[in-house]
Amino acid sequence: MKIWAILKVAFRALGRNKLRSTLTMLGIIIGVGAVIAMVSIGQGAQAMVRDQIQSMGTNVMFVWAGSRMWGGVRLGAGAAATLTAQDAEAIEREIPLVAAASPIVRASAQVVFGNQNWFTSIQGTNEKFPKIRNWPVQDGEFFHEGDVRAAARVVVLGKTVVDNLFQGINPVGQTIRIRNLPFRVIGILAPKGQSVMGQDQDDLIVMPYTTVQRKLLGQQILSINSIMISFVTPAAATAGEQRVAELLRQRHKTPPGQDDFMVRNMTEIAEAAEQTNRVMTLLLGSIAAVSLIVGGIGIMNIMLVSVTERTREIGIRMAVGARPSHIRMQFLTESLVLCLMGGIVGLLLGVGLSVGISRVLGWPTLVSPLSMVISFSFAAAVGVFFGYYPAHKAASLDPIEALRYE
Amino acid sequence: MDLAEAIQKDIWHPREEESSVRLPPYTPDQVIRLERVHKVYNTGEVEVHALRGVSLLIKRGEFVAVMGPSGSGKSTLMNILGCLDRPTRGRYFLEGVDVSTLSKNELADIRNRRIGFVFQAFNLVPRASALENVELPLLYAGVPAKERVRRAREALAAVGLADKERSFPNQLSGGQQQRVAIARALVNNPSIILADEPTGNLDSRTSVEVMEIFQRLNRERNLTLIIVTHEHDIAQYAKRIILFRDGRVRHDVPVEVPREAREILAAMPPEEESDEDLGDLEGGFSGLRAK
Repeated sequence: MKIWAILKVAFRALGRNKLRSTLTMLGIIIGVGAVIAMVSIGQGAQAMVRDQIQSMGTNVMFVWAGSRMWGGVRLGAGAAATLTAQDAEAIEREIPLVAAASPIVRASAQVVFGNQNWFTSIQGTNEKFPKIRNWPVQDGEFFHEGDVRAAARVVVLGKTVVDNLFQGINPVGQTIRIRNLPFRVIGILAPKGQSVMGQDQDDLIVMPYTTVQRKLLGQQILSINSIMISFVTPAAATAGEQRVAELLRQRHKTPPGQDDFMVRNMTEIAEAAEQTNRVMTLLLGSIAAVSLIVGGIGIMNIMLVSVTERTREIGIRMAVGARPSHIRMQFLTESLVLCLMGGIVGLLLGVGLSVGISRVLGWPTLVSPLSMVISFSFAAAVGVFFGYYPAHKAASLDPIEALRYE
Repeated sequence: MDLAEAIQKDIWHPREEESSVRLPPYTPDQVIRLERVHKVYNTGEVEVHALRGVSLLIKRGEFVAVMGPSGSGKSTLMNILGCLDRPTRGRYFLEGVDVSTLSKNELADIRNRRIGFVFQAFNLVPRASALENVELPLLYAGVPAKERVRRAREALAAVGLADKERSFPNQLSGGQQQRVAIARALVNNPSIILADEPTGNLDSRTSVEVMEIFQRLNRERNLTLIIVTHEHDIAQYAKRIILFRDGRVRHDVPVEVPREAREILAAMPPEEESDEDLGDLEGGFSGLRAK
């Protein structure tokens, strides 16, 4: 029997009871639509988080100086003067997994340009900052190794600082004042937007760490708050983290368990965030999948009714020479057609829904071709799975009994 | 099997020998050859002996009427002849092929290629046109679409319904429906046509019309026909009458001078105008009458 003949019979049988077929299909339509919409919401959130984490620099790890007790008061991480710029250099020099490392010295201050002023945080780094943080300069240039060595009074501004100090004036080449010292603006960082935690990442000033140490803080003993490290690959982060810790223990001559530093891995944070979203996606997707299965049960129900209704017809077909496999094929095709048609409509519905959601609610949604393929083939599988029993029942009818059926 | 053994197995019956006539050896013109066919239905508590050793020969081109009261086993015989059922014991050769041992699929293929069915209740697929109903056996025979339509049209023309191919069963009179069923039975050039009470749901005029078609097919195409009926005048159109009783062949006699449906039809008063409506009514009451 040709596939076209089977399809023709299936479409006629379904067309015989349009309302019933449509209602049955509705189960699949809603199921497939829900799976696609839910997964697109989940994946949209996942993509957003991934983007944000990427914006903080991939494969990045921070080493913080340990905390310090001062008369019974424990100060926060980075307060102890246990890390030095030499530690950062050693990390980059001795651990091959490390692509680049930079000392970080933090400060905050009132910044003045002309009659404008703005309070912002200051990050002292070395010249590798754009590379490590994956954060290019939009305008002008970043400072060089020579500037770091010379503790030059040059700054690179974040977008928010530019917006607040310079109304319409090109900041590059201008001079700003921090704690009454003049600093020359040599570049502007590309805007980064909010961090995962909702902070404005663009509200900062970057300058050589040596400048912060000597000119801004006036340190007697030169120390740094933390070391920022980037690894060659994200996979190297875990191994690299251990190597960094070992190296620092060795350099600081501290016994294990009494580290005077702390290691914080960005990849871990990223993974945790992404894991949360993946679980959410899975949860949403599986709730939607349940509705698809319920739709499948509806199909089975209707197919069973259909087999009973058409017992006589099955008998006739068998009498004129249909093999059991022909009958099975016919009913299987019917349920498959129901599911595939429902799948196509559900697909359109799901895509429409996720576009609608992102338009109306402003949620990020991402309709991945994979989720479309998966939910569509899931619908087909539902058709075969729930269609098989009724089809088998039809095929195993006794032709004599079936012909006698009233 | 000797008598004592038969009694022990509870299959012996005084008339056993009578029905198990010695059959002549097989010749190719024997379309149907039944050798001591038994059929026992096991309905849980009671064993029903529907056929008790039926031996039968039907040759090509015969027109046989099978008669008998209800419960005589004639329906069981038709089911076995039609390869819808298998004998419990004994052997059934259809055109020399032993079909009593075939699988379900093989039986389906035999039904498809060698047997045409005509039923009392017409048994057309309700939502398919006359043409599609006639095409049905060809569909399962794997005949290509164009060829199917051509042959189905031919068969419809042979029963005089060339102009009704687009009609659906509910738009046709009882007689017309039965003619569509005959066309369907014909379309795959079967070895035999089995008709189970083909005129049971028809008025007398359409009954004669149907018998006329059967006689014509028998005469012109040398088609082998077996009809089950309990109407004596219908049986008189056949060339041979087999009478069944208690699961056995009781009488097997040739009809000296079969009735000629053509002549009777010619002698009948002209068709009433309300024939179609009558046909519909007949169809509508068929369920009641069957009960």
